[in-house]
This record gives sequence, structure tokens and C-alpha cells, in this order.
Amino acid sequence: MTALAARRRHPMATAVLVLLSLVVIGVLYALAVPGKAAAVPAAADDVAAGKQLFLANCATCHGTNAEGRAYAPSLVGVGAAAVDFQVGTGRMPLQATGPQAPASGNVRYTEDEIKQMAAYVASLAPGPAVPAADAVDPAKGSAERGGDLFRTNCAMCHNFAANGGALTRGKYAPNLNGTTPTDIYEAMLTGPQSMPVFSDSNISPENKRDIIAWVRTIKTQPSPGGLSLGGIGPVSEGLAAWVVGLVALIGCAVWLGAKAS
Amino acid sequence: MTTSDHDSTGLATVEPGGELAERFENPGLPAHRHRMADVDPQAARRAERQVATLFGLSAVGTILTLVAYFAVKFEGDLTDNEYLSRVQLSNILLGTGLFLALFGIGAGAVHWAKTLMPDEERIELRHDQRGSDEDRADAVAILKEGAAESGLGRRPLIRNSLIAAMALVPLPAVALLRDTGPMPGRQLETSPWKKGDRLVRDAGGGPIKAADIQVGSVVHVMPDGLQETGAKLEERAKGAVLLVRLNPADLNEAATAGSYDGIVAYSKICTHMGCPVGLYEQQTHHLLCPCHQSTFDVTKNCEVIFGPARRPLPKLAITVDDEGYLVAKDGFTEPIGPSFWERA
Repeated sequence: MTALAARRRHPMATAVLVLLSLVVIGVLYALAVPGKAAAVPAAADDVAAGKQLFLANCATCHGTNAEGRAYAPSLVGVGAAAVDFQVGTGRMPLQATGPQAPASGNVRYTEDEIKQMAAYVASLAPGPAVPAADAVDPAKGSAERGGDLFRTNCAMCHNFAANGGALTRGKYAPNLNGTTPTDIYEAMLTGPQSMPVFSDSNISPENKRDIIAWVRTIKTQPSPGGLSLGGIGPVSEGLAAWVVGLVALIGCAVWLGAKAS
Repeated sequence: MTTSDHDSTGLATVEPGGELAERFENPGLPAHRHRMADVDPQAARRAERQVATLFGLSAVGTILTLVAYFAVKFEGDLTDNEYLSRVQLSNILLGTGLFLALFGIGAGAVHWAKTLMPDEERIELRHDQRGSDEDRADAVAILKEGAAESGLGRRPLIRNSLIAAMALVPLPAVALLRDTGPMPGRQLETSPWKKGDRLVRDAGGGPIKAADIQVGSVVHVMPDGLQETGAKLEERAKGAVLLVRLNPADLNEAATAGSYDGIVAYSKICTHMGCPVGLYEQQTHHLLCPCHQSTFDVTKNCEVIFGPARRPLPKLAITVDDEGYLVAKDGFTEPIGPSFWERA
């Protein structure tokens, strides 16, 4: 009826239709999945940038392919969570040789740089990823269940009030006072240094969040008995009793025995 | 030494006969020293005010205690932290108040006695302890008379039956005391673990698939069936076991026996004093007891490498069942925990 319909048997009609379909599909695809299309090159950038950072800062000890040396572990398969924990808490790069790498306030890299290094290490082999904010939100966990799990799995090293404790030969389990929820989660997942691994099959992600909720609770609640004296048990309490209490008693005894002037 | 060369110091002089010279006169009591409050009326008034202040402090403390007790309330719509803050405040105020109330009275009374009450020395001579000879003779006579009147020497039947009765009287006490508690029996030598028991998590429960345990993991486990039974605390205390997975190549021959693919299970009860041995160092594979620092090497079948423990931790031989869950291959082959007298 119209000119278009009249030319539908034209030899070029098939070619035009195929071309038109390809254009439509291509435009629709580009509209439907823009995020993925944009994210892939960014992640690749992260990995490349992370590799540069790794070669400049970590490769001296961990090897140019993160394969490890006699004195530094292999980082193949440790995952982004381990990098985020070790570098994000200032434990790595190691500041000095010693029984263990202490957390330091001196974090050497920006968050973006840590993310890039984590992306590079994660690209070497699959490993635990950095947890999402939702997975470590203490408000969503049960402090009661977390306390139960903490006393069984964590308290023997980290102390019943999460104040840390000594291990052998100068190693120690740190106080969890300033530890962020993400750091606690990553430590359980990756088992840094002397700490055993508490994988998701051992302590489920929900239970990890419960433990974080309990640590947050114990660290923010007031001490009902008065001074907590560090919350490290009989050592500080005994010291206070012997030094303060006994000196006060001896003072009273001396005063009782002294003649009035 | 016939004469002393200490004369100049006046400490001692020995005469040629070897006797101490009677050189010293009894110096008597030192002259009484009057206190400030005895001689100066102003000082006496000051001491009086100090005593009254201490007693007043006690009264203030008592009132503070009462006010703290009634004013700090725990009722109402409180968050946990608000509640604990009030408990803290209440404890501090009650403690301070009671301290002032009691210490004020005591300190006031002592200060009163020391500064204001008379402190002149008085001398009262002691009496002899020994009674007079007549009293002593009388007492002996009374005892002898009593012995003769009882006739014990003349009536052996009474004497012997009394001795028999006295010897038998303590026996009921032995029987009654024996039944005050159950005898320990073989409890120290047994544990709740037996062949085929599934290993379940201590906190949270649930059996454990061998494939789910990552190398470097530690799981605190109990035998299946003891989770809900709160009454069996003693069984739970004996059943605590630590499960560790290592790289199988790290285990020596003794440690490999009874292990499953690098997973080993040891009693968590220290062989020294029975503390829970739970401090596992993932990199050194050392297992540390928090009480006395006994250290066990997991790669060497939990041999003692440091500290006061004398025996390795007993091992629980494990394997997997048809569904892949970890089970005990057998119970413990030796008594767990510290040594005891009858331990073989």
C-alpha cells in the first residue's frame, strides 16, 4: 500500500533488515548492562595499579609473583580480605622484625591503594573477599549468641573481655578495643599470624556478625563494679589490692601504734 | 678473753671469774611526756573538734548510704548501658558511704583515745601463778579419793566393758561420713567419648564435615548428645576436645596415627592441672595452656615442649562416617586430664 511495502521484495531488503536488527540489539544491550560494561575495565585498572604497588612495596619480601620466601608467606590465595586486614591495620608493610607484626596507627596507603593491592592479590587465586558493610554491622547481630561463641572460640587468647593476652615467646593476641568490625571479620576469615582460621563453615557469617555485636557491646558498656582496672583479670586486681589496700592497712596500723604528739 | 675491750662503749664487761658484772641499775620508766592536748587547752579543743569532725563524717556517710540506696533507681525504661551505669553509680556511692560511716566512727574513737583520754603510766605487779602448797595437796587428795571410790581397780568387768563401748562408739561416724557423697568410682578414668560418636561444635552445635574444615582451622568440639543436657556439666567438662587441621605433611608419624587427612583431635584438658588448653598458634602449631604455660606441639602428637605438664595431651582417634561427618574412631585410650593417685 505504501512505498515501503511495495519494495519488500527488493534484493537489498534482507541485508537492510539484518543491519537494522543488529543496530537495535546493540543499542538495547548497551542500555541494559551499562554497569558491567563500565566495571570490567575499572577492575582491570585496579589489578594493574595494585600490581605496580605490590612490586614497589611488597615484592622485596613476598616475591615478585607473591610466591613467598622463607621468611614471608606466599600471598597466592589469601584473598582481598587478608590484604585489607594486614595493610589496613598498619601491620604490613612490616616495620621491624620481631615475634609478630603489631598493628600500628601508621597506615602507609590510602584506601584506594589498599583496594588496588587487594584486587591484585585477589586476582592471583580465589580467596576470601572483603566483607560487605551489612555483614559486619553490629546492630544486626545478637550479642547474646555472640558472647557464647566468643567464650568458646576466642576468649582463651583474646581474654574474656576481649582485652587481649599473651602467647608464647613474645607473641600475643591483641586487645580488640579499637578493632573495627570489618577488621574483626577479616581476622576470623583469614587467620592472620598466630590466629587460627575461622572459615564460614566453622563460624557462619551470621555468627561472625553476632561475635562482632558482642565485642561492640562489651567494649561500650560501663563497668558495673566500678573501676575495670584494665579488665585483664586477677593480675591487675591483685596488684591494686596488694599495693593500694595493703599500704592503706599498714598506714592504719602505724597510725594506731604511734603516740599522739 | 678475760677482760672486755668494749668498756669504752659500755656494752659489757666480763670479770675474771666469768660472771657478768652487776653494772646496770634498773633505769625505770622514762619520764612521762605530756601531749600537746594535756598542756595546751587550745590543742585540746582542736583535738576535740577533730574527733567530732570524724564522727560527723561518719554521720554524713550513713546519710549518703541511705540516700544512695533509695535515690538510685533501677526501675523504668532503661537501656542496658543506662542500667549498668546506675549499678556502677549505686555501687560506688554505697561503698563510699559505708566506708565513711564505719571508718569515721573507728578513726574518731582512736583519735579520741590517743589525744584526749588519760595516758599516765600505771604499774600493777603480777601475782604468782603457782598455788599454795596446801591447795596443791588438797587437789591431789581429792583426785585420789575419787579414783578409789570408783572402784575401777577392783571391778575389771566394768572397766573392760567401758573400754569396749568406747572403742565401738566411733564406728557409726565412719559409716555415716562414708555416705555423705558418692565415691568417685572410675569417673576419673572415663570420658563421654565412645566409638562412633559424632564430633559436634561446642558453641552452636551441629556435626562437622571433614571437607568443610580449612587448613589452619580450630574447632572446639563435644561428643554428640551432650549439648542440651545441662545437667551433665561434668561429662561436658571431660568431653572438651580441640580439633585442628594442619597440612598433613607437617604431622609426624605419631601424630598422623588416628588423624584424618591432616585433621587431629586432642583432649582440651591439660595433663598438668586440668585447665582448658585452647591457645593454638597457627604458624608454630604450638598449643598453649593459659594457666601455667605448658606448651604442646601439635605436629609431634602434642608432646610437651615447655612448661610443667609431664604427659602429652590424650589423642582422640577420628575418622569420617558414610555421610562425610567426623566421628570418633574410638574413645580415649587413656584417662584425660591431670594425674591422680590411682592412675595406672
